[in-house]
Amino acid sequence: MAPFEFKEIVRQCYEVGVRSFTLITVTGFIVGFIFTKQSRPSLLEFGAQSWIPKLVSIAIMRALAPLVTALIASGKVGSSIGAELSSMRVTEQIDAMEVSGTKPFKFLVCTRVLATTITIPILATYTGFIALFGGYLNVAQNEGTSYSAFMEEVFKPLQFLDFTASLIKSIVFGFTIGIVGCYQGYYSNKGTEGVGKAANGAVVTAMFLVFIEEVIIVQITGNFR
Amino acid sequence: MQKQKVDIDYNNPVISIHGVKKAFEDYAVLRGIDLDLFQGENLVVLGRSGTGKSVLIKLVSGLLKPDAGTINVLGNEVTEISDKELQELRIRIGFSFQNSALYDSMTVRKNLEFPLVRNRKGITKAEIDKAVSEVLDSVGLLQAINQMPSELSGGQRKRIGIARTLILNPEIMLYDEPTAGLDPITCTEINELINQVQQQYHTSSIIITHDLTCAKETGDRVAMLLDGQFRRVGTFNEVFDTTDERVKPFFDYNFIQ
Repeated sequence: MAPFEFKEIVRQCYEVGVRSFTLITVTGFIVGFIFTKQSRPSLLEFGAQSWIPKLVSIAIMRALAPLVTALIASGKVGSSIGAELSSMRVTEQIDAMEVSGTKPFKFLVCTRVLATTITIPILATYTGFIALFGGYLNVAQNEGTSYSAFMEEVFKPLQFLDFTASLIKSIVFGFTIGIVGCYQGYYSNKGTEGVGKAANGAVVTAMFLVFIEEVIIVQITGNFR
Repeated sequence: MQKQKVDIDYNNPVISIHGVKKAFEDYAVLRGIDLDLFQGENLVVLGRSGTGKSVLIKLVSGLLKPDAGTINVLGNEVTEISDKELQELRIRIGFSFQNSALYDSMTVRKNLEFPLVRNRKGITKAEIDKAVSEVLDSVGLLQAINQMPSELSGGQRKRIGIARTLILNPEIMLYDEPTAGLDPITCTEINELINQVQQQYHTSSIIITHDLTCAKETGDRVAMLLDGQFRRVGTFNEVFDTTDERVKPFFDYNFIQ
């Protein structure tokens, strides 16, 4: 029964996924629907409304899906990890793990960071498809485009690099959200006041870093286009 | 219940503390303390809140590092050993926390399995189940095995906290305020459990408390921590047979109340 903490990693993946699933479904759908709706007037001016599916797919798959997922996960998952670990610190549960000859860092931090790094790319991919579905409903409502025609148009402009860049971005975002949440919680030391601060710090810092990383990754992947 | 006589080897200290100092920012909590815990002994450390009693056992378990002095535990110099050696040493020390520190996301069973699975490589499921049942039985809470910590009373949480440390068969037990916040009857039960652990598991223990009933019922010796130093060390009666104005009120308050 070697303690690779596999069960805990699976449990954390489930927690991360389930905790964000509903919110991500709703938000992803709204983002796709609204983005499509708001893009239409500008494209109509140039008579280019047939480009809507392409524009939507590029915007969603390259930028919006990973970013929206990361921001929601920062709020939902990051704050939860920060508060949970901080509360464990305050109630001496982390000390209890240490004095029982176990490695709380491995059990608490490694598992959570791994879980967010694995799960957030999956959620981001799911967000992308839900957002595309939101976009499709808007297009279908206005242009009467069929689902198959919309999907054909959606995937035309997408290249392998788009999927890879999006995946790398999501992995980096997931790692950041996990590590920031864990750091804020694990090293919190101001009693019950620290729990609130850890949760808040996890959200604010993770969101800030996600935006910075977005800029850096876009700049880097831009060089390969 | 009268404490049963135990064999204490006064030539064999399992913990030796010499000249230990510890300060937090400008406040010196421990100002050069010396103390020995002998094999088989229950040593009660008494003192007012904020005098550094809990700090003392956190230093012993390596959770805190002293500013000066030496702490020898079971032949290991706690301040000098590597992290790996410290981790191995901690398996031989049980630490019962003031608020029990049960892992609140796990059932009682998982709480008990947690240190066992991670410290006994190759242990089988049957051996784990047996160890969990035995230790729960010894603290009288076998029926709570599948309950969550939030479903337990304060006294039950203390018992499970003690059971979680006992599952690794420690040689030394460190109790941080074992009766704090409990009603008098539960306090008596916890005191009896501490004595039972001493008898059954042959442990040597440091019991941190400001409860004189606990000190009287569980302690073979009592050490009074005052102003960052041990001012009086001896049996309960020896410690309180004094006119020292810093010690007397402590006794009077507890027992007259």
